[in-house]
Amino acid sequence: MVVEIRGPGIVPGCDGVILPGGESTTISRHLARTGVGEEIRAAAGSGVPIMATCAGLIVISEEIVEETRFVPLGLLKVRVGRNAFGSQKESFEADIEVEGFASPYRGVFIRAPAIVGWSRDVEVLAKIDDAAVAVKQSRLLGLAFHPELTADGRFHDIFLRMIQEVKTDVGDRR
Amino acid sequence: MQLEELRFGTELLKRGFAKMQKGGVIMDVTTSEQAVIAEEAGAVAVMALQAVPADIRKMGGVARMADPKIIMEIIDSVSIPVMAKVRIGHFAEAQILEAIGVDMIDESEVLTPADEFHVDKARFTVPFVCGARNLGEALRRIKEGAAMIRTKGEAGTGDVREAVRHMRLIWGTIRSLKGMNEEELLKVSRDIEADYHLVLECRQMQRLPVVNFAAGGIATPADASLMMQMGADGVFVGSGIFKSEKPEVMASAIVEAVNNYRDPKKMVEISRGLGDPMKGIDAGTLPEGEVLQTRGW
Repeated sequence: MVVEIRGPGIVPGCDGVILPGGESTTISRHLARTGVGEEIRAAAGSGVPIMATCAGLIVISEEIVEETRFVPLGLLKVRVGRNAFGSQKESFEADIEVEGFASPYRGVFIRAPAIVGWSRDVEVLAKIDDAAVAVKQSRLLGLAFHPELTADGRFHDIFLRMIQEVKTDVGDRR
Repeated sequence: MQLEELRFGTELLKRGFAKMQKGGVIMDVTTSEQAVIAEEAGAVAVMALQAVPADIRKMGGVARMADPKIIMEIIDSVSIPVMAKVRIGHFAEAQILEAIGVDMIDESEVLTPADEFHVDKARFTVPFVCGARNLGEALRRIKEGAAMIRTKGEAGTGDVREAVRHMRLIWGTIRSLKGMNEEELLKVSRDIEADYHLVLECRQMQRLPVVNFAAGGIATPADASLMMQMGADGVFVGSGIFKSEKPEVMASAIVEAVNNYRDPKKMVEISRGLGDPMKGIDAGTLPEGEVLQTRGW
């Protein structure tokens, strides 16, 4: 079941959390004001998988280039540049090569961020030039583009497998 | 990555941009100081203008695209998307806004129309939002390439009634398509002067195929909640913020109202002690020459 998170009290009951696209300044402000940000931090700490796309990627990052308006959640050990490719006019679609995918993936980049620096714990799945646009760190999946706008479900599959892994692990311990 | 492998300005990118605004508030601003207030209040985007609609009404004369200097200052002052308005049909103003790098263009009845034809929006890389009073108007704009629709309402009045009427008309017509056969659908598309395939798409999706915001007269958190409950994907607030007594407080309250529109208890908290909203004008008392919503077709 998929539920919308508009306020506190929902994240603690979730097997996985998706931070979607939108405006990162607006989303961050809402997460801080409602306390949902802290709930997400706690969930990630206990191993709940998180998929973050576009604005969501900025929100869970560790550092944002030239950003003073808000502090990101600092879950994913990456440094991101916002609107790294320019304004909406420069938004683009492109076929990208993704680690582990048999064929190219059509990425939809809307005022997209780019990952310009990352720690050794971070596995880069796809790049455009020198910047990473899809990364994985344990059970965190960070994507600069919008998998929710296309019918290709391969990134959602990765996320669902992470959730399945957690459930299997918990089952084994019992 | 080779540059020629990239595709710009596709319908998916334009409509996708509009989708990222869903559940948000877009605020009219005339200076970079106001833009910063809007961003801090939690706006998802700002609309850069020379004057807010209430002042455009007062000033009279020809209302045109804002000075690029103002727009560029606003772009430099915030990280959220910046939109700006062009006169209906004024594709040269639109070319200038695209060159400046605004994120979305509003082809708006609030400015003085330049042509009886609307801009051919499909030719542009930047996405457009357009006003509509009913389903036919909305689908004509979508056919021309609009990536987002907003109800026209009656801008600059602070009176929500026209926005409500337009939202009801759009949803009511879409609901009425359900259960119609092919001949009836053909007749509807002829009657409302809309593309048949877009009418079919609305019937099948039971909504507009693009994001649909409410606009034109929203002045309080309760107005915003009303429009969200009527099926808006988000709201534009024009004069309602910077014509109120305490713009910072009103701006935050309207953002909170859109986040919590279904929760009357929270709406009590959100609506308390905001100071005076904009004074406004009863939209029903406007002389015919001052009605903005009938501009465009």
